[in-house]
Amino acid sequence: MKTTEEKDVRSTERIIHGFPARREHLIPVLQAVQAREGYLSRESICRVADHLGLPESKVYGVATFYNQFKLNPPGRYTIEVCRGTACHVKGSAGLVETLKREIGIDVGETTADGLFSLNTVACLGACSIAPVMTVNGKFHGRLNDKKLRKIISSLREEGEAG
Amino acid sequence: MKLLIGTGTCGLASGADEVRETAENWARERDMKLDIRPTGCVGYCQVEPIVDILTSEGNRISYGGVTPENVGNLLTETFLHHSYENEGIIGQYGNGKVLDGLPLISEHPFFKKQVKFVLRNCGVIEPVSISDYRSRGGFKGLERALRMRPEGVIEEVLNAGLRGRGGGGFPTAKKWAFARGTESERTYVICNADEGDPGAFMDRSVLEGDPFALIEGMITAAYAAGAQEGIIYCRAEYPLAIARLERAIEILEEEKMLGCRLGPGDFRFDLRLKKGAGAFVCGEETALIASIEGRRGMPRPRPPYPTDKGLFGCPTVINNVETFANVTGIMREGADYFASLGTENSRGTKVFALTGKIKNTGLVEVPMGITLREIIYDIGGGIPDGKKYKAVQIGGPSGGCIPEEHLDVRIDYESLKSLGAMMGSGGLVVMDEDTCMVDVAKYFLSFITNESCGKCIPCREGTQRMLEILESIVSPYSKMESERENLDRFNMILNLQNLAEVIKDTALCGLGQTAPNPVLSTLRFFRDEYEAHIYDRRCPAGQCRGLLTYTIDTDACTGCTACASKCPAGAIMGEPKKAHYIVDDKCIRCGACFEVCRFGAIQKK
Repeated sequence: MKTTEEKDVRSTERIIHGFPARREHLIPVLQAVQAREGYLSRESICRVADHLGLPESKVYGVATFYNQFKLNPPGRYTIEVCRGTACHVKGSAGLVETLKREIGIDVGETTADGLFSLNTVACLGACSIAPVMTVNGKFHGRLNDKKLRKIISSLREEGEAG
Repeated sequence: MKLLIGTGTCGLASGADEVRETAENWARERDMKLDIRPTGCVGYCQVEPIVDILTSEGNRISYGGVTPENVGNLLTETFLHHSYENEGIIGQYGNGKVLDGLPLISEHPFFKKQVKFVLRNCGVIEPVSISDYRSRGGFKGLERALRMRPEGVIEEVLNAGLRGRGGGGFPTAKKWAFARGTESERTYVICNADEGDPGAFMDRSVLEGDPFALIEGMITAAYAAGAQEGIIYCRAEYPLAIARLERAIEILEEEKMLGCRLGPGDFRFDLRLKKGAGAFVCGEETALIASIEGRRGMPRPRPPYPTDKGLFGCPTVINNVETFANVTGIMREGADYFASLGTENSRGTKVFALTGKIKNTGLVEVPMGITLREIIYDIGGGIPDGKKYKAVQIGGPSGGCIPEEHLDVRIDYESLKSLGAMMGSGGLVVMDEDTCMVDVAKYFLSFITNESCGKCIPCREGTQRMLEILESIVSPYSKMESERENLDRFNMILNLQNLAEVIKDTALCGLGQTAPNPVLSTLRFFRDEYEAHIYDRRCPAGQCRGLLTYTIDTDACTGCTACASKCPAGAIMGEPKKAHYIVDDKCIRCGACFEVCRFGAIQKK
């Protein structure tokens, strides 16, 4: 177990050191680390700070400012519901409520079994097929409660199968 | 035989990939060679996935609503039987020979009033094919620009009368001239592709469908403004756009158009892509610069303007995607053609994202000066399901709502401003009688409070207080603890407009100053709805959950207990097989019982 962990640490380290040590690269470094690990752990924030010669507080400040960065490990399926204007007018607030009831968590949380994370995003830019959500980056458009329940139950089956 | 499939984000979400697979299988089964190419989005998103058939005679016919189930049939009919009048036909392209009896795509009601200037290649060419782009006049404008002196290019764009398409409408050529006039070792050109405006997606369509047009515009701008380095700041929510931009930059580097000497002088331009990290405020130019520099994306006071002191303290030109695409068009077609479109002070075309409660959703490009009525009813096809039009929200969180009586206003920068709205990036969200205007105002405020960077107090605190006031308007009486609280509520409501005006006058950046607009404009045109919420405690559109009351019709209720077991608050009481009732104090108004009842016994008022 420990060896794989060490390997992970080393490859994250490699990613960080692939960037020149200048402040303008801070956001791209954090993006690369998150792409690799799924979130920004305390340790990676410290490592990024070391590499760029910045105080940890500055790195943390940037990481919490931007919506993209997650500070907790995400679930297996990350659901992002669009809360843009067009989606709102077409009832995305109701979809969020249904989702919360179906998977039993609040926005910004992850289920205890680590299967689902639920987030809302400002706008996914697919307003013409509103209301929209993405599951691990895959778009689902023209949603309604029925469609939503079907997607969730099929994800649940898939998740439990392996 | 060639097949073009619209693979923008909306096409892919509607199943374009599955259609493509089925089409590939269809050809393989028949041992036929079928050239399948991806293309951008033609804008008619309502009927995605859209498939274009290119016959061996060179005719091109467009079909909408193609699914994996019916694509095989379509291919058999068109390629084997040469019969083109099939389900979902949109029309044929009119260049070259025209097939008798088939409608022209340019005569289709959705396209008839449109003038494609920025979007002319979107959905027509393969996005990252440089030969496709060249065949449609690509790089002709840049070649013309490089034959002129930089000052000449600035003058050409000035004569065209191009104004920034990102929102404010500042003359583009003036920005370039300012940057050119500032002494510095380095000058930057930045493309603002951080389309954060909810309800707008025209920039995404250009990035996905015609990335070369954007880059050509940026090179032209760099030449005119004397810049050496460029950055495209693209939002991370657009993965497809990012992938296509990266590929386009790579191709142009191989073609020696980027990163090499270009033209007769020693002009050379390097371009790179920077991914945003999801902050609405980074659409503001000084915040965008801070973000590129690796800091929190917070605006700073202007002046100094970025053309004076921008990225890393150097003069910087920042324009948005649509503006650069317009530059490409102006240099190719000439300033006179551009100036002939639109109105006296707002020239050219504008792309609008038509969404919400409207029949034809999608991207439409129309000349400035067209009326909103034409866009919504002639192009958009009106409101679906026989509902009544209520308002159109234009300009996103900085804009406003325009009611029925102003639908005949001619759209330009100034006329919209006089109505308390603004051009913004061009999102048009149509709302019908089922939309509550107080809820819309509340929605925008909660958006702003989430996205406010927190630097200046009017925006950080003021919008929060405004949101609290609106929330108190839509929350039920039973949540008020005392009469005192009720009085406080009224006191706050009386101050809503005043507070909005103060934020407008004192916030630091453009986003903060325009943040109260959705409230001010709905107060101006839909005051009666606010009053119904405040005095009558009811929501005319039936949207505000807090003001709804759920009751059970005891005659219709069979006592099946479905509602009681679904109720998350335990607010439904009753014995099995007997009529149930709802305890109003416990009810959280989630509507779960309403959804689950099979007998129509739950009533909401």
